[in-house]
Amino acid sequence: MAKKPETKQEVSTTGHSWDGIEEYNNPLPRWWLWTLYLCIIWGIGYTIAYPAWPMINGATKGVLGYSTRAEVAADIAAVEAQNEAINTKLAGTELTEISADPELNGYAQSAGAAVFKTWCAQCHGSGAAGAKGYPNLLDNDWLWGGDIEAIHTTISHGVRNETDDDAHYSEMPAFGEMLENEEIDQVVNYVLSLSGDAPDAALAEAGAVVFEDNCAVCHMEDGTGDRSQGAPNLADAIWLYGGDFDTVKETVTYSRFGVMPNWNERLTEAQVRAVATYVHSLGGGE
Amino acid sequence: MAILDKHGVIEKNVTLLSVFAFLVVTIGGLVEIAPLFWLENTIEDVDGMRPYTPLELAGRDVYIREGCYVCHSQMIRPMRDEVERYGHYSLAAESQYDHPFQWGSKRTGPDLARVGGRYSDEWHVDHLADPQSVVPESVMPKYGFLSHRSLEGTYIEDNMKVHAVVGVPYTDEMMENAQADFLAQADPDSDYDGLIERYGESVQVRNFDGEAGVSEMDALVAYLQMLGTLVDFSTFTPDASR
Ligand code: HEC
Ligand code: HEC
Ligand code: HEC
Repeated sequence: MAKKPETKQEVSTTGHSWDGIEEYNNPLPRWWLWTLYLCIIWGIGYTIAYPAWPMINGATKGVLGYSTRAEVAADIAAVEAQNEAINTKLAGTELTEISADPELNGYAQSAGAAVFKTWCAQCHGSGAAGAKGYPNLLDNDWLWGGDIEAIHTTISHGVRNETDDDAHYSEMPAFGEMLENEEIDQVVNYVLSLSGDAPDAALAEAGAVVFEDNCAVCHMEDGTGDRSQGAPNLADAIWLYGGDFDTVKETVTYSRFGVMPNWNERLTEAQVRAVATYVHSLGGGE
Repeated sequence: MAILDKHGVIEKNVTLLSVFAFLVVTIGGLVEIAPLFWLENTIEDVDGMRPYTPLELAGRDVYIREGCYVCHSQMIRPMRDEVERYGHYSLAAESQYDHPFQWGSKRTGPDLARVGGRYSDEWHVDHLADPQSVVPESVMPKYGFLSHRSLEGTYIEDNMKVHAVVGVPYTDEMMENAQADFLAQADPDSDYDGLIERYGESVQVRNFDGEAGVSEMDALVAYLQMLGTLVDFSTFTPDASR
């Protein structure tokens, strides 16, 4: 609160007079002045303690020897040291035995869930239910195999990427260039008939032959797929790209080429194993 | 304090005031800006850094035009949580060919400094066209129109010349072949040996959006897929004193 100007005691003016208007020269509040002095002292101390003053081709290092890079390296090393024992154990245990060890399993589950939320959820969904073209990891329909070892291989090396030579690879041909439009309509009807009712039963019947000739090598005669080639099961009403007539026709005409990056470079072996254990436990693990 | 009482002289003479003001600002500038050109820790030399290829440069222009930097930063700070989430913290050298840099100051979405290789091209195309189709929770706007805007690379050489003026080491050869390199990078059937020779093995040549021709989508995805991939952190050891 501004006090009324002292009238009894004469306060001197700054001596400036503009058009007869003068300015009192009241002293600064004591607390304010001292805070200012303290800040100046603290500022000087800070520049002595921490890196601060620029010199010709470097800067003063500060007597505390602080560096951001050293600090983050130390932070990371400290957490790594804390988890080192369990991470080594996780990386060294047979994949099939991880879930039998309660301590290891508990750690792998929570570490795996964290890895999943950070690195996998954008494609497979935060609840792992997938999206069009990105498989649902909750069900027991697996493209490349659902036991812990197969899941681990898929995550480590990825699918159809260019960065890992061991990535799963297979390629469905684009049948738009190989079959007549009529034949495609037939085979699409046939594929739909495997898991439900085909829009056109007569076409579906004719499609059985087309399927036998063109598709059975990968999707098997009964349409149940082949995990060694990542060819989906077409008879289970679970669709990666969609199971309505138009989408299946699009798949057959132009084919699909689902890509997943390899994670063995971005994640440590312990992290890959943790997330494999997590995915395996989601419901569909074999 | 007799000299301080003379301030009235400066205050009443505008020329003198300008001269002194200029002097003070000059000293401030010299102390704050000039050392940056000599300080060793601001000009760390890192293996692998190269100027953007013409296609990546065009993608970067789309990134800036669409204001992606408003929601995304490109600067992983040296803190453990950031390093765990995004990868190795960013180095100053990784922005050395950015004019202007894209560090950003706001993260509505995640940091993108090391997004390269983290997702597939298909995912980027799906996600840019309709983010909610892959990440239902997303608040990112849709950029599907980028697929319909085709690019010829007509002005890419001029663009590179401007970057060369501000210090990006584009060679004459790079600028002469700008448009050819621009088209080659998005076409795996083209003769892209020259492109690789000029910019190095780290250049990714693919049909980024899976569609014929070069669109803004190709350019943007090419740019995103190279972000943060140039420095090999399995061989680079950061100098702790920097
Ligand atoms: C760029 C998007 C993307 C990211 C990120 C991603 N995936 Fe995938 N993932 C895919 C695609 C696409 C497939 C299916 C490939 C195919 O069509 O065969 C797949 C397949 C899989 C499979 C095999 C499913 C099956 O049915 O056999 C597993 C397991 C898997 N991913 C786990 C993960 C884990 C764990 C992560 C995180 C570390 C992850 N994915 C990150 C896209 C992604
Ligand atoms: C060379 C092996 C191969 C042949 C031959 C083949 N496919 Fe495929 N098919 C695949 C693979 C691999 C996928 C998975 C693609 C992906 O994950 O991106 C697939 C996916 C599909 C899908 C998508 C399934 C879904 O869940 O969305 C359909 C439908 C399909 N194929 C139908 C056919 C039909 C019909 C034919 C014959 C005309 C055929 N395929 C021939 C390998 C093959
Ligand atoms: C309104 C803010 C906003 C704008 C503008 C925006 N984004 Fe995003 N972006 C987000 C959010 C939020 C996410 C996280 C959810 C998601 O993955 O969609 C995201 C995620 C991403 C991701 C995935 C990052 C990761 O590691 O998961 C990429 C890549 C991306 N955006 C690129 C872009 C590009 C390129 C542009 C400009 C064309 C852009 N964004 C504009 C908000 C935005």
